[in-house]
Amino acid sequence: MGIGEILHYDFVQRAILAGILIGAICALLGVFLVLRRFSLIGDGLAHVTFGSVAVVLLLGISPFYVTLAALPIVIISSLVILKLTSTKRIQGDAAIGIVSSIGIAAGIILASLSGGYNLDLFSYLFGNILTVNQTELLLAFIVFIVVAATIIFFYDDLFALTFDEELAKTMGIKTVKINIILFILTAVAAVLAMRIAGIMLVSAMLILPPLTALQLSISFRMTIIASLIFSVLSVISGIIISFLLNLPAGGTIVIMNVAFLLLVFGVKKISVLQR
Amino acid sequence: MPVNLIRIDDLTFCYNGLEILSNISFTVNQGDYLGIVGPNGSGKSTLIKNMLGILKPQKGSINLFGQPLNMFRKWKKIGYLPQRLIALNTQFPGTVEEIVQMGISKSQSQKIKNALELMGIGHLATRLIGELSYGEQQRAMLARALVGQPDLLIFDEPTTALDPETRDIFYTQIEKLNCHKGTTIILVTHDTGLIGKYARHLLYIDKKIIFSGTFKDFCASAEMTGFFGAISQHIICHQHDPLLRKQ
Repeated sequence: MGIGEILHYDFVQRAILAGILIGAICALLGVFLVLRRFSLIGDGLAHVTFGSVAVVLLLGISPFYVTLAALPIVIISSLVILKLTSTKRIQGDAAIGIVSSIGIAAGIILASLSGGYNLDLFSYLFGNILTVNQTELLLAFIVFIVVAATIIFFYDDLFALTFDEELAKTMGIKTVKINIILFILTAVAAVLAMRIAGIMLVSAMLILPPLTALQLSISFRMTIIASLIFSVLSVISGIIISFLLNLPAGGTIVIMNVAFLLLVFGVKKISVLQR
Repeated sequence: MPVNLIRIDDLTFCYNGLEILSNISFTVNQGDYLGIVGPNGSGKSTLIKNMLGILKPQKGSINLFGQPLNMFRKWKKIGYLPQRLIALNTQFPGTVEEIVQMGISKSQSQKIKNALELMGIGHLATRLIGELSYGEQQRAMLARALVGQPDLLIFDEPTTALDPETRDIFYTQIEKLNCHKGTTIILVTHDTGLIGKYARHLLYIDKKIIFSGTFKDFCASAEMTGFFGAISQHIICHQHDPLLRKQ
């Protein structure tokens, strides 16, 4: 089967479109998270998503609306992480660890209460972008617009906040408000990314593209753009390769992200050696 | 009548139940050059962070430009250089130009250029801040504090990483801004002798205010001699004997 034929399928088109949008959302937010040492927030929130999905499935909500239904718990959890870290008595990684453990523990207990691990819950653990529905595609589009608009509108504030939070406060930037917006959007991104990469690999979607872009040592603005490009390229190539080789799409997308990171890292090393 | 830019009344700040600052009260008027000195751990930086709303005191009040701190919104009037950057990691992809531009409009490129030239880092404008040496980063941060030409400049240990030549340029520029443009300066350092050469008013703190007055008074103060011991007091003041004679 050729690429032209693959792209003919409705569900493949929908998967690529949703993948591009979700990949872009993760890549954009990831730059701020990685630089502020919140890289593992995706992992933590993904674990909470596991718990939330277990609640949703236990309640018998239609799988069509699982993503939407899981959102409130994940958003609240992201704000709990923010609150815990802002007290300065708990480091960011520890706060993520606390929330993450609660999420996964709740998920295991609830899954057991609902009669053990069923197939639906497993599909969220490993993700399957080819099953993305219209509601999720629409949600991804709306969230992408919101994320892009937020970054454009608050660019200067986000730049200052990422550089140094205390300094940003003395510049009159409403750091609490910006943090809340960033964490809520991250929660939404984590839930959406679960559909692409699965709970196990959400953090890869948030970390790898920004990390690859950071290897380029370019300006802040260009780093954001490069992160977005690497993420979109990984999603498109990942979906096509997975289809051609009959591999799981989520894992292939993440492997493509790793491949881009290694490629950029290698090219950078060679260029340094040649100087 | 002098205009109060900062008024602090009875400020007390505790951390983990430990009193870091105790009943601090003082005012800073427009055009003042205040040096805040004290040993390591005396609460100098904590005082500045309270003043700027980064930390919240348990007791007391802070007024900036005649307004209670929680009502104050005109932050562009203040330029601040922190003691060290918490979040700065070597991977931060901001260029020196992007850093200096923070908080001012993008159309003011000439101001950015001037600030960079003033600190001798014009050639580093497009370099990433994380790739620079600590001294160069400090110069970039100084340029950032100066670029908006604020009414009040607050520096927390600004010259620790600077070479003597750049340090002198910095102090000369700050003195010029204070004398010619009336910019109010607050400079935190533990080097009492050095700041005594420049600041018109000294505040010596060690969790509470130990001394408040001019450097001349500081050197003549029997209480300070008792606090430091005669030899240390002599060493601090001796560095600037010619200056004292001038006064």
